Amino acid sequence: MTSKTRTPIQLRINGHRHELEVEPRVTLLDALRDHLGLTGTKKGCDQGQCGACTVHIDGQRVLACLTLATQAESRDITTIEGLAGEDGTLHAVQAAFLEQDAFQCGYCTPGQIMSAVACIREGHAGSDEEIREYMAGNLCRCGAYPHIVAAVRQAAVEAAS
Amino acid sequence: MRDFSYLRASSVDAAREAAALPGAMLLAGGTTLVDLAKCGVAEPETVVDITHLKGLDTIAVDDRGATIGALARMSRVADHADIKSRFPAVSEALWQAASAQLRNMATIGGNLMQRTRCPYFRDPANFPACNKRWPGSGCSAIGGVTRGHAVLGTSEACVATYPGDLAVALVAFDAIVHLGDRQIAVDDFFLLPGSTPEREHAIEPGEMITAIGIPASAAARRSTYLKVRDRQSYEFAAASAAVGIEFEADGRTIRDLRVALGGVATKPWRARAVEEALNGKVLEPEVVRQASLLAVEGAVDRGANHYKIELAPRVVARAILKMGETA
Repeated sequence: MTSKTRTPIQLRINGHRHELEVEPRVTLLDALRDHLGLTGTKKGCDQGQCGACTVHIDGQRVLACLTLATQAESRDITTIEGLAGEDGTLHAVQAAFLEQDAFQCGYCTPGQIMSAVACIREGHAGSDEEIREYMAGNLCRCGAYPHIVAAVRQAAVEAAS
Repeated sequence: MRDFSYLRASSVDAAREAAALPGAMLLAGGTTLVDLAKCGVAEPETVVDITHLKGLDTIAVDDRGATIGALARMSRVADHADIKSRFPAVSEALWQAASAQLRNMATIGGNLMQRTRCPYFRDPANFPACNKRWPGSGCSAIGGVTRGHAVLGTSEACVATYPGDLAVALVAFDAIVHLGDRQIAVDDFFLLPGSTPEREHAIEPGEMITAIGIPASAAARRSTYLKVRDRQSYEFAAASAAVGIEFEADGRTIRDLRVALGGVATKPWRARAVEEALNGKVLEPEVVRQASLLAVEGAVDRGANHYKIELAPRVVARAILKMGETA
């Protein structure tokens, strides 16, 4: 039951089942990027401070860098790769980020978008002030914040109509 | 990060038993433990994952009070309708803490076990001396950069600030920590550093927080959590106050005031001197401001953190006056 060695686990990611072998200390972030090649989820600070690694577990936005991969077994994991439709149609939040030009270098963008999707779903995107508060866990070193707020606002209005 | 074994607990008893073994640590949301393992501060031999346990995440509120299961996530408690209406300071302390992602991960039990953000504590590679990490090794903060360090409840062994928000509200409203069958007041759960700063909580090996109880009160119902910080959001408190007021029937005379401070002390800090000075008094701005100075009685600064001694009473006064306006 307890083991430090690589242990087989199953992860359900974007509706697909993946089997991999990881040490217990491997984070979900490293499992996604290094073991499964899902590099859309970004490693920023790797300390739970920047939000670049935001994914959804059972529909809730969380940080993959502070989640052990093993802990996420039997949960539903959604990453940025799982947002668009099967035919490639962008999620409304992805489309809004494009329309509002809500990024510069783009490194924080997958985390921003995953966070924004959840923020709108939680009902925490009712005003610019509320968007800023509830998106505070996603840092953008380029400082694209005004456009990010505009994109979240646009997607929230679309979701409500 | 040091390698460790992983054990998924199948019951509370199994979790307690496993956690009692040397080198074992309980893993809930992971926002403290995984972070500190990466910093090289926590070096568990075994992590005991309790997040798959059933039935420990319920939130029950009635006329006697609230009982919050240890595994309830911060975000769920913050958004709970009855917590918002009957314990607004608790909800406000929660949603002003950390980020939305961290609040979806961190549990209420784990929140009480979070460790200080003292940068010397968090950096063993560059600062080996830390009495909290390594008893007797000294304190790198004393004589170092102390802007974020505590001014209340410190000792010559440790000046690390208690970083949390929730427990500040809990201590104001006499909450109880449930460790299975044993219950302990939140105020007694957190320990002053004294000469043993490595011991932060009155919890024994093999014990586990199972729930938090908050007794209902009129003061808790009319309460707020005011957090002042360097940034508008996603930052620890420079100084914060949980305040609740019950007025006499005249709506002006204070019957029951509760005040607790965050961001300035080594543990969640109940300011009873302020409460005693104002209970029975009519709420007047100047009287409140004078009484609020008692919040920092006995404060000792370490240079760069002197501002906290001026800031904390102002935060207390502002929170009390804000609650007075709603009368």
